[in-house]
Amino acid sequence: MQNGSEPRKHTIAVQVENKFGVLSRVAGLFSARGYNIESLSVGETLDPSVSRMTLVVRGDEFVIEQVTKQLHKLIDVIKVSDLTDDDHVERELMLIRVNAEPQHREEILRTADIFRAKVVDVTPVSFVLEATGDEGKLEALIELLRPMGIQELVRTGKVAIARGPKTRARKAEAPKKARVADDPKVVGFAD
Amino acid sequence: MKMSGARIVLECIKRAGVDVVFGLPGGAVLPIYDVLYDFQGLRHVLVRQEAAAGHAAEGYARATGKVGVCLVTSGPAATNLVTALQDAYMDSIPIVAFTGQVPTHLIGNDAFQEADNVGITRSCTKHNFLVKDGKDLGPTIREAFHIAATGRPGPVHVDLPKDVLVKEAELVWPDRVQMRSYNPNYDGHPGQIKRAAKLLVRARKPVLYVGGGVISSDAHVELRELAELTQIPVTQTLMGLGAFPLEHPLSLDMLGMHGSYYANMAVHDADVLIAVGARFDDRVTGRVDAFAPNAEIIHIDIDPSSISKNIKVDIPIVGDCRRVLRALLEAVREEMHEDTPSLAREARKQWLAQLAEWKRQHPFHYDWDDDVIKPQHVIQEISNLTRGEAMIVTGVGQHQMWAAQYYKFKHPRRWFTSGGLGTMGYGLPTAMGVAAAFPDRLVVNIDGDGSFAMNSQELATCHDNDLAVKTVIINNGGHGMVRQWQGIIYKGRFCAIDLGPSPDFVKLADAYGCVGIRATKPSEVVPALEKAFATPGPVVVDVWVDKWEYVFPMVPAGGANTDMILENPNQSTKEKAARAQTGF
Ligand SMILES: Cc1ncc(C[n+]2csc(CCOP(=O)(O)OP(=O)(O)O)c2C)c(N)n1
Repeated sequence: MQNGSEPRKHTIAVQVENKFGVLSRVAGLFSARGYNIESLSVGETLDPSVSRMTLVVRGDEFVIEQVTKQLHKLIDVIKVSDLTDDDHVERELMLIRVNAEPQHREEILRTADIFRAKVVDVTPVSFVLEATGDEGKLEALIELLRPMGIQELVRTGKVAIARGPKTRARKAEAPKKARVADDPKVVGFAD
Repeated sequence: MKMSGARIVLECIKRAGVDVVFGLPGGAVLPIYDVLYDFQGLRHVLVRQEAAAGHAAEGYARATGKVGVCLVTSGPAATNLVTALQDAYMDSIPIVAFTGQVPTHLIGNDAFQEADNVGITRSCTKHNFLVKDGKDLGPTIREAFHIAATGRPGPVHVDLPKDVLVKEAELVWPDRVQMRSYNPNYDGHPGQIKRAAKLLVRARKPVLYVGGGVISSDAHVELRELAELTQIPVTQTLMGLGAFPLEHPLSLDMLGMHGSYYANMAVHDADVLIAVGARFDDRVTGRVDAFAPNAEIIHIDIDPSSISKNIKVDIPIVGDCRRVLRALLEAVREEMHEDTPSLAREARKQWLAQLAEWKRQHPFHYDWDDDVIKPQHVIQEISNLTRGEAMIVTGVGQHQMWAAQYYKFKHPRRWFTSGGLGTMGYGLPTAMGVAAAFPDRLVVNIDGDGSFAMNSQELATCHDNDLAVKTVIINNGGHGMVRQWQGIIYKGRFCAIDLGPSPDFVKLADAYGCVGIRATKPSEVVPALEKAFATPGPVVVDVWVDKWEYVFPMVPAGGANTDMILENPNQSTKEKAARAQTGF
């Protein structure tokens, strides 16, 4: 649909049943409907039967509305929340292997320090740094290291979580209650 | 109780309330067929190609309101089924499809007749399952039927590895299905329903636009009550036909690409459009920015993702059509107690008069010919002879549109057509499913010569299983609908459309042990149909019709609905159509 707002990046959290094939259902939905996933990360939650995906998708409000509705329509999806306009924290982890010529070693370590990145591997010719942060911070670090020669870098994709309330502790969210259609006959189900 | 996985599958199908299974055996499902050998309480109909099993299950489901079931083997059988699954998915038809799979230890080894069945069907089913352990069979099949039938109905696929079918397991059939991730919303939001009631009572030029959702939720009674109470005219989509009697004074017939002039004009001029169980498909809307441009839109649908997908909706109501219409009726009654502005009442009278005028000016029409059979005439006679009471199935093409325009449907669940996918070959196998569900009713498959040929092997199934389908081939010697597009939009450069005179459909019918009848002159139409309907068993009537007849009105794809072409167009209209056209 046209006439939407300007396209922008949305961070969408999706809770899914931790079942065989669920990742390909979500990925398949995006390819079938022509939406682009900018990043996707998946992991188990406290409840091992539930996985949590964090998706970053670009689109105007109509595209994002369809994305969330279509995600919700997948049978294995338990909950979809668009965190973009809610108060939330986003982080991404990056590993980066950079050339470490003698004349650059000091500067690389200083830069790592400023960005609170850890040095996790050292050889005579390279460093591997581990950095976490939001997208802006990681991009800035990449820019500063680029002149030294980046050999390889890998990013996890974003994970995101809603912030707690400002006042007092919120109760852990109750799981969605299963409800059985009280009148299954409405769609002709023969019991 | 412990039993083989194969027996569990059949017991579960029976417990789901299904009495007919359409299928075709093969290595991976032989354990099921071995149990079926002396299994009581399930009828198996052996089809000749697996897609036909899927379509037959669709026909059974649409006719009965129950879930249709088909059963086929692994690999090529599963891939043959794909067309039917996508067809059911697009038209929201509840079926459960069982496929065989290679034994679990061979999955992924490129074993004989292996295909990644669930990988292939993932995008053309509402949901699918691969059962890897016999103890999961019962609960999974229970869920499969639940998912197929509830919410927005659709096809569910269950893949069954052979070893799971052979090993014994406990039969578990849960009383109720509880899923934390799937809880469709049936009751519309009361606040929204009240807003809708206020809006439609005060509307001056309202139109009800109703689709297949009214059929699947059995909401036709409530729909009629609402239309009559408020005197709002009703137009139906291709999938909605039968939701409202076409001969009712408030009926505007079908809308959209080949819809009536008056329906498309009414929607264009409407100030309030109430969509019920319809999805603003592009064949209905034409160019979206020109669709109902002046209307405030109320949309009632069970599927939240249908709402504001193609067209921005003002009052969305997510829920089951029947329940929402019931609540809406109540709200409207309350609203009508308060004095309806007399201005609106006056405007309504003018609106109905305007609609009647449009109806009078441009009804569906064609020119009679004494020598050549007009295809529309054949449909009219089928409608007359069956008094609008028959179960009508179609293929895809011109004949399908003429059936939609000229058959006077009175009841829901008597019209079976491939709306969303437009699957040629749908007619005969779907008609088999309908006939299996209702052996005592007249089932007429109005087919095209092109469409019929795509599944004509099923005449053998009809013959062997006493499925008395009466097929009427609207034989225009080719792919008529393509001929029409090439004639109107592609400058008459006809290419790859001519079919026949092979096969001789009368002889073909005969070869399958069915009765074949031919009509080539207008005077032969009624006698041929009468004979076909009076003859027991499957019959094929081959009616040779005028191949230059086109379906009108026609909105060129990409055009606005008000740009309908009403009759054989002149050069400038053709050029305009070619320009408007954005894709087949
Ligand atoms: C499986 C499939 N292949 C191709 C098409 C494209 N198509 C749409 S209508 C049509 C011609 C149908 O011819 P026929 O069944 O004879 O019906 P008619 O239009 O002549 O009434 C074709 C080829 C289709 N809808 N489905």
